[in-house]
Parts: sequence; structure tokens; C-alpha cells
Amino acid sequence: MSTNKVIHAIYNDDDILMDAVKKVRGAHHHIEEVYTPFPVHGLDKALGLAPTRLAITAFLYGITGTSVAAWLTWYTMIADWPQDIGGKPSFSWIENMPAFVPILFELTVFFAAHLMVITFYMRSRIWPFKEAENPDPRTTDDHFLMEIPVHDNEDELTSLLESTGAVEIKVVDKH
Amino acid sequence: MYQFSGKLKMLAIVLMALGLLGTVISFMNTPSTLEEAKEILAAQEASHHGGHGSSHGSDAHHVGADHKTEDKHVTEHKEASKDDHSNEKVSDQVEHVVGDHGDETVADHAKHDDGKTLINETKEEHAKHVGDSTHAKETVTDHAKHVVGSHGDETVKEHSEHANEDAANHAEDTRLTDSLNGHVTDKAHTNPTHGSEDHGGADAHHGDHHAEHAFHQMQNKPWSAVYVSLIFFLGISLLVFAFYAAQRVAHAGWSVVLFRVMEAITANIHYVSVVMLIFIILTAMHANHLFPWMAEGTFDPLSDNYDPIVDGKKWWMNLPGWVIRSVFYLAAWNVFRFIIRKKSIQQDNGDLKLHKNLYNISVGFVVVFMITESMMSWDWIMGIDPHWFSTLFGWYVLATLLVSALTVICLVTLYLRSRGHLPLVNDSHIHDLAKFMFGFSVFWTYLWFAQFMLIWYADMPEETVYFALRFKEYIVPFIGMLALNFIFPILLLINSDFKTVPWVIVIAGAFILVGHYVDLYVMIMPGTVGAQWGIGIGEISAFLFFLGLFIFATFNAFSKANPVPKGNPFLHESETHHYYIIEHRGEDNAHH
Repeated sequence: MSTNKVIHAIYNDDDILMDAVKKVRGAHHHIEEVYTPFPVHGLDKALGLAPTRLAITAFLYGITGTSVAAWLTWYTMIADWPQDIGGKPSFSWIENMPAFVPILFELTVFFAAHLMVITFYMRSRIWPFKEAENPDPRTTDDHFLMEIPVHDNEDELTSLLESTGAVEIKVVDKH
Repeated sequence: MYQFSGKLKMLAIVLMALGLLGTVISFMNTPSTLEEAKEILAAQEASHHGGHGSSHGSDAHHVGADHKTEDKHVTEHKEASKDDHSNEKVSDQVEHVVGDHGDETVADHAKHDDGKTLINETKEEHAKHVGDSTHAKETVTDHAKHVVGSHGDETVKEHSEHANEDAANHAEDTRLTDSLNGHVTDKAHTNPTHGSEDHGGADAHHGDHHAEHAFHQMQNKPWSAVYVSLIFFLGISLLVFAFYAAQRVAHAGWSVVLFRVMEAITANIHYVSVVMLIFIILTAMHANHLFPWMAEGTFDPLSDNYDPIVDGKKWWMNLPGWVIRSVFYLAAWNVFRFIIRKKSIQQDNGDLKLHKNLYNISVGFVVVFMITESMMSWDWIMGIDPHWFSTLFGWYVLATLLVSALTVICLVTLYLRSRGHLPLVNDSHIHDLAKFMFGFSVFWTYLWFAQFMLIWYADMPEETVYFALRFKEYIVPFIGMLALNFIFPILLLINSDFKTVPWVIVIAGAFILVGHYVDLYVMIMPGTVGAQWGIGIGEISAFLFFLGLFIFATFNAFSKANPVPKGNPFLHESETHHYYIIEHRGEDNAHH
């Protein structure tokens, strides 16, 4: 008995899928993955997935951006070559600070946004030319697929999934 | 139905009584004669300046106090050489030049009705001025520069030389000083009583003028204290109403269970409007001098008080127009509020025609509100500095009041929910309100900075003087409110889960409300009381009075109608409103 056998249960409605997820989890089976064509609100909670920490990284990246902008404006405008440009007070950073706020703001947003997106790509393992990991092309259109690993309990799982309203159930070998 | 608890009613009445009492005391404590004012000034000086001499000591920290800069500069320079304060004094003095000779300070002068209004100096007066040799000899650099500034007959070249010299000497203040000098050269405004007979004038004489000026500011103080709180509470109630109308216009689904809370708060419009009406009548009868352009003789070319700049704005700034507009705003808001509330209660029968009707009226109100709010902010707040203008001021006032209004909705909702009177309100509704508090805090900061930075950057003297005064006299509240209104709410409310935790919201809300009170304070006080400001019994009492009135009006109105607007077609959507990402903490309805 190969251990990398999985069951694919296919649904055609997100409400039915949500109920099925709750039922399967209620029966203490581990759900490996769920494929959906669009975001299903509350699915992560139903699956018991840990909340994302992407927002926290974005906050930290934003602070980094602010710091970079503050250093950049301080070094170039105040420390390195403090010229009198149209009477702006280049004596200290804080005195000329209002003029630096637009760049402080923009770099904060720039860092927060871009670094967060890159973090997202890395954590999700998405990049150009990446081979798609889709078990069934219909899940990008109008079907929902739940993947459950099989551990010598194929019949029990099949009957459980049938009772949840799956439109198709198949056991496949995962390579 | 909610029952207005006896305890809360008692609290409201006690607050109002305390507030009234304190306000009366603060009016009685106001000096009624010049002599009393002088005593107070002497006491202030003793505490501020370690008793270093005569009355010009307090002048030094008093922008636009007087026009006797010549005397003062002479005396100050003499003292500066033997005084530890020399650095501080020099920089003070530079700003003093700015304050005294920029035409913006006409605001300060005209408002006190004391015959100090600037007029365009005639050529003959110029000649007399320049011819006053003792005056010219005694001056040092700054003073010379000032002479250049006020006497436009010096060459531009000379003027710029002086300005450069000045730039080297007074790093911090150069921007302002330079540009103001240029400005003064153009306009050549000076005080009519500023003739040669004053130049060798005694300190005592000069002190009299200062004391008189300060006396008028002290007399304005209790009035301003009431006015700040009045505008604060009127504005908040109005903006709650505007937000409520916007929710109806937008067919918002989430906020329907909060409608009765918002309606209850808007009841305060009626109560505060009565106070505002009394204030408008008293102001029009010259019972106070908050609005300098209302002073006698402002529009009369033959008067000492004549103000050509304000005269040019006469088509807008005139007493009948001001009163008519003010009464119109109040009437419009009250009528809309009365009609919408009445129909909203009727809508409990589920009549969909009424819903459509309410939608139409709300659209009308939103339009009327946007126009009246802008004009209200010009008439009631910007009019205090009649020489200054800013195009986004109406929006800025709107942002201040809107974020306070959302905070008040949120706090009242939290209170009522914690007492179990709002069974349909769940954490998602609170989360949405807190999001609005967060978002509009940022919006306020954006507008504050947009207004400040554009003026700071261009540094045109007729605009800059507004912020120069605030930086000089009000630096702590002016910069402190940025922490209260921006930094604290941002840090407290940025976390999604925190937006549902009542005590976090209450703390953030307290910061926001205090911060925006300070914001209004810094909008109004510099133009009315100048350097004589303080948060004392008058300010606190006025706030407590209107707080009591607010509590009474709100909870009284809330007890008059069903807390659930059960005829609203969006009620079910609101009841099941659920923002799935947040942790729900049990203070929730059972519908999601």
C-alpha cells in the first residue's frame, strides 16, 4: 500500500464545499489541500489554517522604507552638501522636514507594497515559468476540489465524502 | 425601548451645572479694567521672565502686541548686551519684526478695537519717519532692516543686502523675516500713531499699549473658551448627521443597526444650535470681540480703525450677511434633522415609499451640508483671522469634525452595547467604525499637512504669518495634536484585531477627541486671545457644559425610539454583517 495515495473529492458549489470541509474535519481527517476557482470566504477558518502574517511583514517593511527615506534625505540634503536652495533651511533635518514628507511617505508605501508582494511570491512559491500544480483543470473554472491523504481507510473516506455531496470522488497516486 | 437611566441624567445635569458655574466664574475673573489687566501682566512677567525688568519683557513673547517696535528694539538691544537672555531675545525680536510689520497682524490689532489698525502710510508720513534721526541712529542691524522694510523708499538692493546679512545672523528665522521684509516693503503698512512723537517714547507709554492690547485678549478669553467647545460639539453632532445621511445615500448595509444611535446623537444639533444662536446674537450686538472685522470703523476710511484689506472683503464680511448666513446654516441643519428623524421613526412601519423619500431628502441634505459646512468654516472660524485665507480650510474643518464624529458614534455605541441596549450590534460593526476612525485620522493628517506644507513651502508672508503665530505661541498644542490625532490612533488602530477590543478603541477615541478639541482650540484661540491662552477653568467648564448637554440630548433621544430601525429594508443585512477575518470575542450577536 503506497502511502502517497490521495482522494480527490470534487464539488460544484462553495457552500457544499464549506459544509464538507467542516464535516471532514469533524471526523478528524487531515485535509491536505483545497483547490477553488475563486476565494471562498471563511474557508481558511474552516480548514483551521493559521492567520497570515503578511500584514506584519508589510508594517516592518514600511518602517524600513521610512528609515531609508529619512537617511537619504538627511544624508543628501543636510549632511553631504547642505546648499541654500530657494531659502529652504538646510541647517538640520527637522527644520526642513516638511519638504521631505512626500518622499518619506512614498518610500514607506513603496517598500511596504513591493517587499510584501515579493514576500508573498516567495512564501507562495510563485514565479514565472513555474509549472502549475493543478490536479484538475476544472478547479480553475467552476469546480472545487478537496484533497485528502489516504492511510488504509479508503472505503471509509469514500463513503464519508459521498455523504457530503461530492459530485465526483477518485483515488489517485500522487507523484 | 431604552430607558434613560436616572444616574446618567443626573450626571448630565451635574456636568451642565458645573460647566455653567465655571463659565460664570471665568467671566467674573476676567479683568474688567485696564489696571487689573496690568496687574495680571505683571504677575505673568514675574513668573515667566524671572523679573527681568519692565513691561517689554512680556512683549518679547507677544507677537503683534504693539507697534512700538522702534522703542522696543532700542531698549531690547541695550538690555540684550547685559542680559543672559540675549540669544533668546534676538530671535524673539526678529519674529517680532515679522509680527509687527506684516500686514497680517492687522488681524490682531483690528480685532481689539483699540485704534491700532494699520493703514497705508502716506508719502508724507514716510518722510517724517525717515527724517526722525534719533530713531535711525539708535538702531542696530535688525532695526535698520526694519526701517528698510517699512520705508519703501530705500532701494531694493540695499534691502536685499540687509536681508542677506540677516540670513547669516538669524538662521532659524530668515525665511520668514526675509519674505516678510519684502512684503512690508511692498505694502508699507504701519501704524498711524506710530509717528515721530512716539519714537523716543518712554517705556511706560509703550507698556500701556501692550497692556491695553493684552486686556482685550483677556476679555476675549472666556468667550473663546465657550466658542471652542460650542463649535466642537455643534460640529460633531452635525457631522454625525452628515455621516448618517451619507449612509442612507450609499444604501449602506452594515450600518443600519447603528442608525438609531446616530440619530440620537444628532438630537444634540437642536440643543447646541440654540446656544449658537444666542452666541450669534450676542456677537452681532458686539458683546464680544472675537471677530476683529466686526470692530467699529473697520470699513470707514476716516476711522483710525480702518482696514483696507478687510474693506476689500466687505462683500462677504459684513455683519448683516454674517448673521443671515449663520442663521441660515443653523435653520437648514435643524430642519433637515427634524424631518429625517421624524420620517425615520415613521419608517418602523416598513413603508418602502418612505425609505425612498428618506433617501431623496438625505441626498438633498448631503448637498446642502457640503456647501453650508464650507461656508460655516469661513464665517465662524476663518473669519477670526480676516487677513488670512486658505482654500482647503473648509475640508480641513470637515476632516477634524468628521473623525471626531465617528469616534463619538463608536464610543456611544460601545457604551450602549456594553449595557445590552444594542443586541444586534456585533464586533464587525465596531470594527467598521474603528476602521473609519483610523482612516479619517489619516485623512485629517493629510489635509493638515497639505495646508501646512503648501504654506510653509511657498512661504508667502500673508499666509505664513498664520503658522508663524502658532509656532511661536502655541507650539506645544500645535505639534502635540499631531501625536494625538495621527500617531497614537494609527499605532493603536492599525491592528485588525485591536479594532474590536473596546478598551483599545476607548483609549484611541480619547486621544482623537482630545486631539481634535486641541485642533479647534489652535484654530480659534490665536486670533482671539493670542499669547493669553491657557487651559483653565473657563475652557474646562465650557467643555463640561457641552458634554453634559450632549449626554442629555443623546440619551434622551435614544430613549424616545425603538433602538432597532425595524422597518428598514437593509436591517437583515446589517444584522448579519460579518467581517470574517477578525477574531470575534463573544460580545457579538448570534447571527453569523
